[in-house]
Amino acid sequence: MQIPDNLRYTASHEWVSEPVDGVVTIGITDYAQDQLGDVVYVELPEVGATLASGDAVAVVESVKTASDIYAPVSGSVEAVNEALHDTPETINDSPYQGGWLFKLRLADASERTALLDAGGYQQAVEKEG
Amino acid sequence: MPYLPHSEEDVRRALETIGVESIDALFDALPATLRNPDIDLPPAMDETTLLAHLRSLAARDRPAGPNFLGGGMRRHFIPSVTPHLALQSEFVTAYTPYQPEVAQGILQATFEYQTMMSELTGLAVSNASMYDGATATAEAALLAVRQTRRERVLVSRGVHPETRAILATYLEALDIRIDTLDLEHLATPVPTVDGDVACVIVQQPNFLGSLEAMAALTQAAHASGALLVAVVDPLGLAVLTPPGAYGADIAVGDGQTIGNPTAFGGPSFGFMVVTDALLRQLPGRLVGETVDVDGRRAFVLTLQAREQHIRRSKARSNICSNHQLTALMATVNLAALGPQGLREAAAASLRQAHRLADRLRSQGADLAGDVRFFNEFTVRTRRPGSVVRSALAARGVHAGVPVGSEYRLGNAVVLAATELVSDEDIEQLVGALTAEGELEGREVGHG
Amino acid sequence: MADTSAPSFPTIFERSRPGRRAARPPHFDEPDLAALLGEDQVRAAPPRLPEVSELDLVRHFTQLAHRQFSIDGNVYPLGSCTMKYNPKVHEEAARLFQDLHPQQAPETAQGTLRLLYELQRDLGALTGMDAVSLQPAAGAHGELTGILMIRAYHRARGEGKQRRVVLVPDGAHDTNPATAAMAGYRVVEVPSDATGEVDLDAFTRALGPEVAAVMLTNPNTVGVFETRILEIARRAHEAGAQLYYDGANLNAIVGRVRPGDMGFDVVHLNLHKTFTTPHGGGGPGTGPVGVKAHLAEFLPVPLVVEADQGYRLSEDVPKSIGRMRSFVGNVGNLIRAYAYIRTLGLEGLRRVSGHAVLNANYLRVRMQQAGYTVPFDRLNMHEFVAQPPEGLHTLDIAKALLDEGMHPMTVYFPLIVKEAMMVEPTETESLETLDAYAEALGRVLRRAAEDEGYLAGAPYHTPVRRLDEVRAARRPVLRYAFGDDPGSAD
Repeated sequence: MQIPDNLRYTASHEWVSEPVDGVVTIGITDYAQDQLGDVVYVELPEVGATLASGDAVAVVESVKTASDIYAPVSGSVEAVNEALHDTPETINDSPYQGGWLFKLRLADASERTALLDAGGYQQAVEKEG
Repeated sequence: MPYLPHSEEDVRRALETIGVESIDALFDALPATLRNPDIDLPPAMDETTLLAHLRSLAARDRPAGPNFLGGGMRRHFIPSVTPHLALQSEFVTAYTPYQPEVAQGILQATFEYQTMMSELTGLAVSNASMYDGATATAEAALLAVRQTRRERVLVSRGVHPETRAILATYLEALDIRIDTLDLEHLATPVPTVDGDVACVIVQQPNFLGSLEAMAALTQAAHASGALLVAVVDPLGLAVLTPPGAYGADIAVGDGQTIGNPTAFGGPSFGFMVVTDALLRQLPGRLVGETVDVDGRRAFVLTLQAREQHIRRSKARSNICSNHQLTALMATVNLAALGPQGLREAAAASLRQAHRLADRLRSQGADLAGDVRFFNEFTVRTRRPGSVVRSALAARGVHAGVPVGSEYRLGNAVVLAATELVSDEDIEQLVGALTAEGELEGREVGHG
Repeated sequence: MADTSAPSFPTIFERSRPGRRAARPPHFDEPDLAALLGEDQVRAAPPRLPEVSELDLVRHFTQLAHRQFSIDGNVYPLGSCTMKYNPKVHEEAARLFQDLHPQQAPETAQGTLRLLYELQRDLGALTGMDAVSLQPAAGAHGELTGILMIRAYHRARGEGKQRRVVLVPDGAHDTNPATAAMAGYRVVEVPSDATGEVDLDAFTRALGPEVAAVMLTNPNTVGVFETRILEIARRAHEAGAQLYYDGANLNAIVGRVRPGDMGFDVVHLNLHKTFTTPHGGGGPGTGPVGVKAHLAEFLPVPLVVEADQGYRLSEDVPKSIGRMRSFVGNVGNLIRAYAYIRTLGLEGLRRVSGHAVLNANYLRVRMQQAGYTVPFDRLNMHEFVAQPPEGLHTLDIAKALLDEGMHPMTVYFPLIVKEAMMVEPTETESLETLDAYAEALGRVLRRAAEDEGYLAGAPYHTPVRRLDEVRAARRPVLRYAFGDDPGSAD
C-alpha cells in the first residue's frame, strides 16, 4: 500500500499535494482505489466552483459501488482531470500521478497542515482494516 | 392445499430437523395478543369454482363491439405469435437478471428492445422501460431539473390530463413549479421560454389528437437552454417525424399501442429515450453489451451506480424495477410486424380515422377546427362527453373519451380509429351519433 | 466486438433480411400521408426494425427462452424476492378481462370494477388497514405513495416544514432512502443490535420533532421478527412520527399477524412477492398501499367505490396526494392476486406463511450442516442470512452454483453482514429440493477445498461464462450497431 511522504491525507482517503503557487492537487489514495475495484466512471466538480472543506464534491464509480469524494480543504476549483472521462482506469493504475481528480486554489493554507501526514494516515488505514 | 407440496410426514420431518414442536411454535416471536386474528375473507375455491366465479364476473363486462376509444390506450392488431413467444414461462417466471450467465434470454431481449425504441424515436439511448408513459414523463421532468439545475417546468395542456396530474404529484413533492401552456386552435402556440425553465413538455399527437409544431417548439426551448421532452405515441412514429429528427432531448410515452392488450389500463410500460449527453442522468435499468471470459458476446445490466441499490438517496430515481414482460411483448410485436407491418398498421389507423372524420363532417359534425391529426380527433357534442359515451355504449359501440372543461371547447369527445376498425364499424358509430342527435343543431358545443 | 473464437448467439437484427416479414395487419389502401399530415410531419426514413419471417421470429425467441433461468425451470431462493410458484390458472384468469379499455363507460366494466373493489377490501382485511389504493405499479412506487401521504398528513397539521427526516434501519432495502429523497426527505439510519433487531435505545435517541416517518420491514431484512414492534410503534407515535411498513417480507406472516395491529399507519404490499403475480424477468410488479383511517383522506385517486347498483371509479378524495399513474392500476396483475386469495382463503394463506417459515428454517439447518455459517443463529422467519467459510467469496460460490443448475440466493445484501447470502426458499419448494440445494452448496465447498482456483473461474457450463462488467460500464454499448453507425452511447 503506497502512502507517499510528501502528501497530506484525510480519514476518508483523499490526498492533497504540496501547494504550488497556492494551488493543490487532490486525488484518492492507493488504498481507496484498491477498495473500490475497477473504476468505471468519475463525476468531477465544475471548474470555478467554490468548495468548502467536507463538501461532497465528486463521485468515483466502480461496477458495484459509488463513492463520494469530499473536499479535504476549502478553495476554488482551478482544473479537473478531463482525461478521466475516457480512461477512468488511470485512477487504479496511478492514483497519485495520472489519476489526480482536480486542482484547488487554497482558501486557507492552515487547513492542509491540519490534515493527517503519511504516518497518521497509515495508522488510520490499519485501524479500518 | 393448492401449491403447497408438504404432506403431514414432510411437515413432521422438517419440524424434527429444526428441533421445534409445531409450526405455530415457529411464530412464538409474534406478540401473543396479535396472533391469528380473525380475518374476514371469502372461503377458498377450487379451480373449477374459481374459473366459474371469474367468468361470471367477466360476463358483467362488455368488452365487445366496435371500439373507437383512445385517450391513452387503443386496441391495435396483436398477432397470436406475439403472446405465444413473449409469455413463454421462462420469460414470465424469471426474476431480474442479476446473474447474467443464466439470464441471457431476458438480457438480450432487453438489448433488442432498447435498440428498437432508439430506432423508433431517433434518439441515442433507451432505458429498459418504466411503469407507464405518465410516470416516465414525470421522471423526464425530474431528469431535466437535475441536468439544468433549474426549478421550473412548462407543460402543454395538450399533454394528457392524467399525465399532467401525475407530473404535479411528483414535482410538488420537490417544490418544482409547473406552468401550463394553454392551447390555441387545439395546438400549443410557440412560447418564449424563460431562463429558469428546465424543460418544455409537449405531447405529439396531443390529447385532442392534433399535431403539434414540434420543431418550432424545440427551438423555443433550446433558445433559453431548456430541454424539450416529447411525449409520443410509438405507433405513430411509424409515419410521423421522430423526436430525434426535430432535436428533442428526451422522448417518453406509453408502449401499449405497440403490443399489449388494453386490459382496463394496465400493466403496460413507459419508455424513455435520451440523447447521449443525458446518458448518466437516465433513470431505470440499462442493459449493455460486453464479452465473457471466452470472448463470447453477452449482455449485462450496466451503469448500475445510477440506481437505488447503489446510490440510495442520491439515485436518479427510486425505481427498482422495469416493466420487463410488457416491454418484451412490444419487442416481439415490433419484430413480428417489422417496419412494413408497423407502417401498415399506422397508415390504416390514419385512413380509418380520416374516413370517420369525413363521414361525421358530412353529417354536420363540428370537428372543433380544421386541424391535422394522426388517428384521434375531437368532435363537439350536444351533451357532456360521459353521457355521450354511455349512450353509445347502450347502442353497442365503445366511443367517446370525454374532453374536460379545461380545454374550453364546451361538450366534446375524442374519437380514435385503428386498423381494427372496419368501414361498417364506422357507419355504425356515425349512425349512433346521428340517432342520438349529437352531431347537429344549435345546442352543439354548449356546456 | 466479440472474439470469434467462441461463437455468439445472434441478435434479431442479425437474423434480419430485407423484404422479409412475419405478421400482417388488416389491409387497407394506403392514404396520402403527406396530404393528410402535412409534408413536414411525415417521417423521412423508416425505423430499422427487424425483417424476419414468422418461423425465424419463433426460433429466435424460443431459443432465447432456453437461455433463461426461471422458477418453472428450477429452484430460485432469492432473499426478499419470494420466488414462489406462479399458478397457471392465473394466466387464464387474466385473459378473461384483457380486452377491456380503461376509457369504457363504467357501466360496461362492472365485473372488473367489482373484482377490484373486492380486492381493495380483502387486502385491507389481510393487513388490518382501513383503506386501500390499488394504484402503485411496483413496491418502490407504493413506497413513494406511502411517504407522500405521510408528508401530506404532516403538512395538514402544520408540521410539514419541521419534520424533514425519515428513519430507516441500517439493513433497510435500498429503495427506502431513494424513495425518501424523491419526497424531499433526508434519511437517518438506525443501527441493529446483536440479535439483528433494531437497537431500541439508538432508535429512541433518533426520534424527535424533526422525524416524519419510520420505515420498517417486519420481519426485517435479516429474516428476524422485530419482537419489540409494539414498543417501537408506541415511541414513534409519541414523538409524532408515522410508522411505515415495507411489505416485502409479508410472506412470513400473512394471515398470522397484521401490520395494522402492530401499529403501522401505512403499508405497501408487493403482489409480485406474497401474492405470486409473475416477476416477468423484472416486472411489471404491483404495489398497493393500505392506510389507517387518519390517512385515508390523502389516498391517491382513483379509488374503486360502490355506486348506484354497482361500482365506479371515484376521484372524490379532497386532500388526495393526486394521481400516481395512469388509469386505475396494473389490472392484469390485480386479477391474478385476486384469484390467488380466492384459491387459498384465510386458512390457505396461514399455511403459506407457516410453510414459508418452516422451509426457511429447514434449509438454514441443512446449510449449516453443509458447512455455512449463520450469523444470527436463532429461529428465523421466511428467510435467513448465511455466510461461506472464512476465505471464500460469496460471489464465487454463487457462480459455482450456476453450474449445478440452480439459482444462487441473493448475494451481498444486507450490507451489514460481510459476504452475505440471503436465502428465501418459499413455501412451494419440497424438502427434496431443499436437500438438493444444500447438497449442491456442500459440493461447491468440497470442490473449493480440493482445487483452489476452481471457484474463481466458475461458471463453466452456462450459456455464457463470467462477464466483463467493467468493460460494460466503462465503454457502454446500449444498442445494436447497424452497418456503419458506431452504436456506442459514448
